[in-house]
Amino acid sequence: MWRRCLLSGTVLWLAAAAPASAFMAYVSNEKGNTVSVIDTDSWTVTKTIKVGQRPRGIEFSRDGKFVMVAVGDDDTIQVIDAKKQEVVDTLPSGPDPELFTQDAAGKIMYVANENDNTVTVIDLEKRARIGDVQVGVEPEGMTISPDGKILINTSETTNMAHFIDTSTRQIVANVLVDARPRFAEFKHDGSELWVSSEIGGTVSIVDPVKHVVTGKVTFSIPGLRSEAIQPVGIGMTKDDKTAFVALGPANRIAVVDAVSHKVTKYLLVGQRVWHMAFTPDEKYLLVTNGVSNDVSVIDVAAQKVIKTIQVGELPWGVTIAPQ
Amino acid sequence: MVRWLVAAIGLIAMATPVRAAEPIEIGIGYLGRAGVQQRLSLVEQPAENDGIAGVRLAVEDNNTTGKFLNQRFNLEEVRLREGEDVAKAATALADRNGFIIADLPPDALLQAADALRDRGTVLLNAGAIDDRLREQDCRANVIHVAPTRSMLADALAQYLVWKQWKRWFLVVGSHDKDKLYADALRRAATRFGAKVVQEKTFEDTGGARRTDSGVTLIQRQMPVFTQQIPAYDVLVAADESEVFASYLPYRTWDPRPVAGSAGLVPTSWDAAQDQWGAVQIQNRFMKLNSRRMTALDMQAWTAARMIGEAASRTNSGDPKKLFAFLKGPDFSVAAFKGTRLTLRDWNLQLRQPILLVDGRMVVSVSPQEGFLHQVSELDTLGVDRPETKCKLQ
Repeated sequence: MWRRCLLSGTVLWLAAAAPASAFMAYVSNEKGNTVSVIDTDSWTVTKTIKVGQRPRGIEFSRDGKFVMVAVGDDDTIQVIDAKKQEVVDTLPSGPDPELFTQDAAGKIMYVANENDNTVTVIDLEKRARIGDVQVGVEPEGMTISPDGKILINTSETTNMAHFIDTSTRQIVANVLVDARPRFAEFKHDGSELWVSSEIGGTVSIVDPVKHVVTGKVTFSIPGLRSEAIQPVGIGMTKDDKTAFVALGPANRIAVVDAVSHKVTKYLLVGQRVWHMAFTPDEKYLLVTNGVSNDVSVIDVAAQKVIKTIQVGELPWGVTIAPQ
Repeated sequence: MVRWLVAAIGLIAMATPVRAAEPIEIGIGYLGRAGVQQRLSLVEQPAENDGIAGVRLAVEDNNTTGKFLNQRFNLEEVRLREGEDVAKAATALADRNGFIIADLPPDALLQAADALRDRGTVLLNAGAIDDRLREQDCRANVIHVAPTRSMLADALAQYLVWKQWKRWFLVVGSHDKDKLYADALRRAATRFGAKVVQEKTFEDTGGARRTDSGVTLIQRQMPVFTQQIPAYDVLVAADESEVFASYLPYRTWDPRPVAGSAGLVPTSWDAAQDQWGAVQIQNRFMKLNSRRMTALDMQAWTAARMIGEAASRTNSGDPKKLFAFLKGPDFSVAAFKGTRLTLRDWNLQLRQPILLVDGRMVVSVSPQEGFLHQVSELDTLGVDRPETKCKLQ
């Protein structure tokens, strides 16, 4: 007890003195129906929050006050108060929400609903559903362009990245990519859109103006059959020079030169690596390992795995509080 | 010609706002048989629309995608009754459809294939599991989406060997297809290091599959049938004709698990499959058809999805282009089995993982870990390239 008080006191003091170093990472555990909270100073799980069924997509609100987690089997998105570290509200997401994204102001949320081929638009302040966009079969990956004008949704069975105008909520372009596109990420300068194809085994580089695939990142790991390489989550450094791609059951993170689109290194992590999040100072990258029930910590500058943290059952998504 | 005419009309109608071009129409025919095979278990009794229900869902999925590519998929269904001319029916379907998904017995499938050979219509075999259709009787215009007996038998054998259940008591039905399945199982045992310690034939003496007091008799019959067998680990039953296998679990003389046609069953799909995003297709299927998805439904869905995939990748509705893409090195399709499915170029058989199911749960998925292959681990299932008797022409 004394220890606990002393420890938490120290943490509080540290947080106050050096706010840049301690971050809180929230990890959704798909099977455990929990969210694990990780302190990035001590690299320990400080709290496990009970949530709804099958939590996957997870993201901080732009103001850093709330963590939103899509609980697909409960057909809703739950809102966790980051201070209280408990579920305080729910959002009307539509059926089976998996991944979602927000606009820059944090006012509008876009949710991929796998079961009815739609993207749902939610007003975060009113907590109300204000629109739908019909997209391809099994919508999944969601991201928004840096200028906020274009929303991207990927559909897993249609195999497309849909470009949606955020002002009119109309599809303006559809770009065919390789099989089962799961995740989309823009470069920070908006010059490229990266889309990972889990079954196709590639990452497509899309020109966001011309709406064409201009290149592909391919992966090859000696001793591993190509079917086991299944790209999912993507993380891009702020300088747009380096990307990290999670390769699922290949149990590796590929480090990609984001200019030449060539893989420079493979980092061995846990089993079935899914998604990732940088600490705001970009010193560390946290990745979730779905089958081994842990999170690997990567030193971004050194491009090395420095730590593994045990979390709940089948960790899937991760988000870290903005500064 | 029609396209030109449409364009010309478009030009004349310049005053009206510009409309999107007419969608490219892609016709898919479905050639199945009327009626369904009786199963021992009432729970497993197939629905009237077994198979075609999968095509309907895939056509819906293809059309959702087609919306963005200006492609429209149409489905035309024909059911053959006993004795009806399959070649005639196939030819009539081929007049309007570049692709025909077939659920036919092996000989009827070959007749259809040969009737369509010269017109370039492609058949997608969704139902027949006979190895000979991919071997000595292979045809250059038939793609096989259904797994083969040998793929199913190998998938089961890999798991039983992994489980160290290597001593098999093989019980074989008296019909031809039961014997073919037994051949595949014996071959699998030899390939993967299992041993058939005893083999027995279960004669089909006729009679109804459903009776009011059947259980009493079966409970006496099955233990007697399975006694005095040398020490074995697992009873493997080859009973595609649905005569006895489902009576074996819990009734064997020795307390042993049952596999093959009952107990642990190898299959391309199961209503319990929920991995790799499968819940999505299970939900979509249920919503459309108000029942659960069977292996035949999935095989037919995959066949129609392959056509859709080829159409979107080539941005074309020309069956020749689509077929060339399907046979080419760039083709793969996702079908909720955790890996991409591709075609074996030597006999146009779709490579696929095989599920091992017990009727309630998916117990395992083959190929099992450790069964290695220099090209694809999926080729540890079934007849491989060096052994093939197929010469595509």
